[in-house]
Amino acid sequence: MYYAIVFLPLAGALIAGFFGRLIGARASEVITSAFLVLAAVLSWLAFFQVGLGGQDARIEIFRWVTSGELQVSWALRIDTLTAVMLVVVNSISSLVHIYSIGYMSHDPHRPRFFAYLSLFTFAMLMLVTSDNFLQMFFGWEGVGLMSYLLIGFWYQKPEANAAAIKAFVVNRVGDFGFALGIFAIFYIFGAIQFDTVFAAAPDQVGKTFKFLNWEVDVLTAICLLLFMGAMGKSAQFLLHTWLPDAMEGPTPVSALIHAATMVTAGVFMVARLSPLFEFSPTALGVVTFVGATTAFFAATVGLVQNDIKRVVAYSTCSQLGYMFVAIGVGAYAAGIFHLFTHAFFKALLFLGSGSVIHALHDEQDMRHMGGLRKVLPYTWIAMLVGTLALTGFPFLAGYYSKDAIIEAAFVAQSGVSSYAFVLTVFAALLTSFYSWRLMFMTFHGKNRSEPEVFKKAHESPLIILIPLALLVVGSICAGFLFKDMFIDKGYEAFWRTSLFTLPSNNIIHDLHDVPDMVKFSPAIMMATGFLVALLFYKITPAAPANLADAFRPIYLFLLNKWYFDELYDAIFTKPAMRIGRFLWKKGDGATIDGLGPDGVATRVLDVTRGMIRLQSGYVYHYAFAMLIGVALLATYFMFAPGASQ
Amino acid sequence: MTIGWPILSAVIFLPLLGAAFILAIRGEDEIAIRNARYVALWTTLITFLLSLVIWIEFDQTTHVFQFEEKRAWLGGAINYRVGVDGISMLFVILTTFLMPLCVLASWTAVQSRVKEYMVAFLVLETLMVGVFCALDLVVFYLFFEGGLIPMFLIIGVWGGQRRVYASFKFFLYTLLGSVLMLLAIMAMYWEVGTTDIPTLLAYKFPAEMQPWLWFAFLASFAVKMPMWPVHTWLPDAHVEAPTAGSVVLAAVLLKMGGYGFLRFSIPMFPLASEQFAPLIFLLSVVAIIYTSLVALAQEDVKKLIAYSSVAHMGFVTMGLFTLTTQGLEGGIFQMLSHGIVSAALFLCVGVIYDRMHTRQIDAYGGLVNRMPLYAFCFMVFTMANVGLPGTSGFVGEFLTLVGAFRVNTWVAFFATTGVILSAAYALWLYRRVIFGRLEKPELKGITDLEPREVLVMAPLVVLTILFGFYPAPLLDVMAVSVQNLIKNYEAALAAAQQATFAMAR
Repeated sequence: MYYAIVFLPLAGALIAGFFGRLIGARASEVITSAFLVLAAVLSWLAFFQVGLGGQDARIEIFRWVTSGELQVSWALRIDTLTAVMLVVVNSISSLVHIYSIGYMSHDPHRPRFFAYLSLFTFAMLMLVTSDNFLQMFFGWEGVGLMSYLLIGFWYQKPEANAAAIKAFVVNRVGDFGFALGIFAIFYIFGAIQFDTVFAAAPDQVGKTFKFLNWEVDVLTAICLLLFMGAMGKSAQFLLHTWLPDAMEGPTPVSALIHAATMVTAGVFMVARLSPLFEFSPTALGVVTFVGATTAFFAATVGLVQNDIKRVVAYSTCSQLGYMFVAIGVGAYAAGIFHLFTHAFFKALLFLGSGSVIHALHDEQDMRHMGGLRKVLPYTWIAMLVGTLALTGFPFLAGYYSKDAIIEAAFVAQSGVSSYAFVLTVFAALLTSFYSWRLMFMTFHGKNRSEPEVFKKAHESPLIILIPLALLVVGSICAGFLFKDMFIDKGYEAFWRTSLFTLPSNNIIHDLHDVPDMVKFSPAIMMATGFLVALLFYKITPAAPANLADAFRPIYLFLLNKWYFDELYDAIFTKPAMRIGRFLWKKGDGATIDGLGPDGVATRVLDVTRGMIRLQSGYVYHYAFAMLIGVALLATYFMFAPGASQ
Repeated sequence: MTIGWPILSAVIFLPLLGAAFILAIRGEDEIAIRNARYVALWTTLITFLLSLVIWIEFDQTTHVFQFEEKRAWLGGAINYRVGVDGISMLFVILTTFLMPLCVLASWTAVQSRVKEYMVAFLVLETLMVGVFCALDLVVFYLFFEGGLIPMFLIIGVWGGQRRVYASFKFFLYTLLGSVLMLLAIMAMYWEVGTTDIPTLLAYKFPAEMQPWLWFAFLASFAVKMPMWPVHTWLPDAHVEAPTAGSVVLAAVLLKMGGYGFLRFSIPMFPLASEQFAPLIFLLSVVAIIYTSLVALAQEDVKKLIAYSSVAHMGFVTMGLFTLTTQGLEGGIFQMLSHGIVSAALFLCVGVIYDRMHTRQIDAYGGLVNRMPLYAFCFMVFTMANVGLPGTSGFVGEFLTLVGAFRVNTWVAFFATTGVILSAAYALWLYRRVIFGRLEKPELKGITDLEPREVLVMAPLVVLTILFGFYPAPLLDVMAVSVQNLIKNYEAALAAAQQATFAMAR
């Protein structure tokens, strides 16, 4: 069964990719989607088998890299954490496949698109089922490649190409840390299998090794290096710049990769490595700090963006920050729970936005939307549910998971967790505001699009609405149905050994008894955000513009995303090019060649000029010279004193 | 392992036989040219199939030289002795595997002096295979230096516009290296009284002699590799060489440097290797970062790939001199993988060069619109060049870095930045050539891969991915030999240490 779950998407990708032109676009769509649906159904089966039945599994497929004591195999590791991810990945992926049949129906390259989607799913499955660091890295880079290809799917658009490269390169910066982390693990533990490393981790507590010039704590250094990878993949603060640009890709891609699955890989990684992180309070502190900062930072930028997808993208970035906060304070289950619920409602928001964009013929700017509620009633309902779930409206998915994170941050008493608590609560306010701003600007008020476009706007076909409907169900139910299992009474029986916590870590129990003030603070924030948005975008529509004028520098600062792109461009991209050119022209050209071969060659040229005139095939001269040398050598050996010995 | 007949000599000299056949073909008309092509193709194919027998019959459980042949030559002092072990065997296969592809790639691209061209390639094959099989220093030297002659001719006669400059540069660099190596060989002969490689491997060179010999060999191998800062001949040579010439240059000739380190520098001069490993690390890391940055600024497709080759060879030298299992195996694997991937990349450039006759990156753009198959192949090789897991490029890079980390974290740290830079230059190249709109009027009529080109690309695509997922066939072959290399190296170091203690006492 696990073979089927993991390899059906690969089979679909290969069929669509290599035979897509032969079997036609429709067949490619049907085959990949059918395979994915099958894989999704099996994943749910596996989820209940593993989560409730407790049947973990390890399946070794075949040998990969064997070099001395480094022995790595392709293997599937199935435990509760994997099962949760299987469900998330395959469910969302199958829905996105079906949705794409409608959404991409006018695209001439559908077989390629579906092959990419399925191949992405396969890479993601390899990541979540990995049993060693190397396979995780394979999945990690594999999803990176597919993300690159899918962002750049419309390769004729220069922005799409630029965004694709940016995504790949920024991720590589993260992978730089990840790779070093793996090297360090092999250096310290002599193996890179999870089980071996996890078993040996407690012995390494407090030990140090020399990394670069410093004696560093083994586990902290390893965890921080690995976390760098997670920051890249999950678009955390400082390595987040690629995610908003990634919205150049087709919308289903954004929903699948940049909301529900790939970007959550970082969260998954840290949870998977809880047996390492748990022993390093410093590393966990950094995780919390980065997460909280991202949650806040991305939410502030989301406030002022006008592109509907970018708002959702920053929202994703911010929510990933929440997940890291949960993990950083030791509430791994809460982080994964939020990952789980978030996948549903964020995919819903993206696919809903896609439906809007589809209806308006590829219009993404919210300033050219408005009043669409009547035209797109079903999409409106879907987006409404998504927004409510995201902002944490009672009894919807986000209500359980997000509030649990905020409570966990409150319970964990340390400097960083207080920082995280304050920022996450404040970010909840911002989340509510930008989400409702999106709703009001898109669906309410007067229409601001071109009249012809508005007239032609129509509700999407069923093939788009059905996945939306299923996600609506998920966004409503994912919270209360699974809350017990993930973070409440069923916690131990459900997770068992897949998440490791120290005996002293009781945060999952503690977070249920927090003061009422804390319990209600997210709800208060949500309501406040809603009211402010209502005031700004419904009652006094002139207010936002006035406010933006009044605080112009702040507005611009946010609108330009804290100027990170400009900063990185100035300190990394441009200098790299300049140094490259300098080394090429001055280093290779002037210095090495100038002093070496060119200088000598000028002399040689003078000498040989005469010879060149004699014959055209001067190259033969060198061959000839060579042979003379060889002949001399041979003669020497034949008649040298030692020859007769 | 021995089989009843001299298989190595057969593989080495079969191409020469083919060359003789071609020379025997009379006339310069169409038919003669076609015959020359087919003779070359069949010769290389048969040589390849024959060489596969070596792999099949190869005994992976021993480090001793196999398929050995020994004949007295030149008055008994020098023997014609050949044999392969786990380190050299795969290079033989790599060479014979690539030659048919080279012939196919030159099928229509070379129109002038076809017979001579094919002869040059066949002679080159003999010499290259000979280098990896030779078990006598003089035989090695003959093959090693002899290989330059056909390469000179290939660049000089069938090369681009600045071929004169390129061959001068090539000559000057390699001349310097070979003179020093020749001196070292003489010195070794004086010291030991033989040029027999297995004997030399067992001989313990005096500690004060080792650095000199080591540096003399380094001069030759560093140029071949090429290592920074003696790499500047490579971009020029590549740019001017015809496609198949670039393929052989990148895929096989560069590997002779790495092979030389493995066969001579490390096992024969272990003390010097240990002493100067930091120097190699420094040069390797500089090569990785420096040439990656330079690659970023290139405007010529071939130059860009040439610079990226230098960076990849930096990983190789770094890995070899870590003297760890992972580093050494990674270095060898990286050489083999680079042999496949860089060959493929140069073939890819050849495909568009044959159509447009320019290598300027600006001249292209949007090729995917008309050449989806080509775009796919190029993508696979670009990703292998970037070292994406699942391609052969990853395994070598990863293993060398693992090895480096065990020895020196600084080296690993800086070398790993190469993975970021390689992604940047490779993807940017890909974007400029393949993606985007097809706007240039000259490109409007460009055609996708023809069947012959598919035939060339397909095996390379398959191997790139196969060895990415399942590198075991290669790693298993080298494992025992590498273990032995490390064992002897460590024994030599230990012995030297004891000697110092004894002296101190």
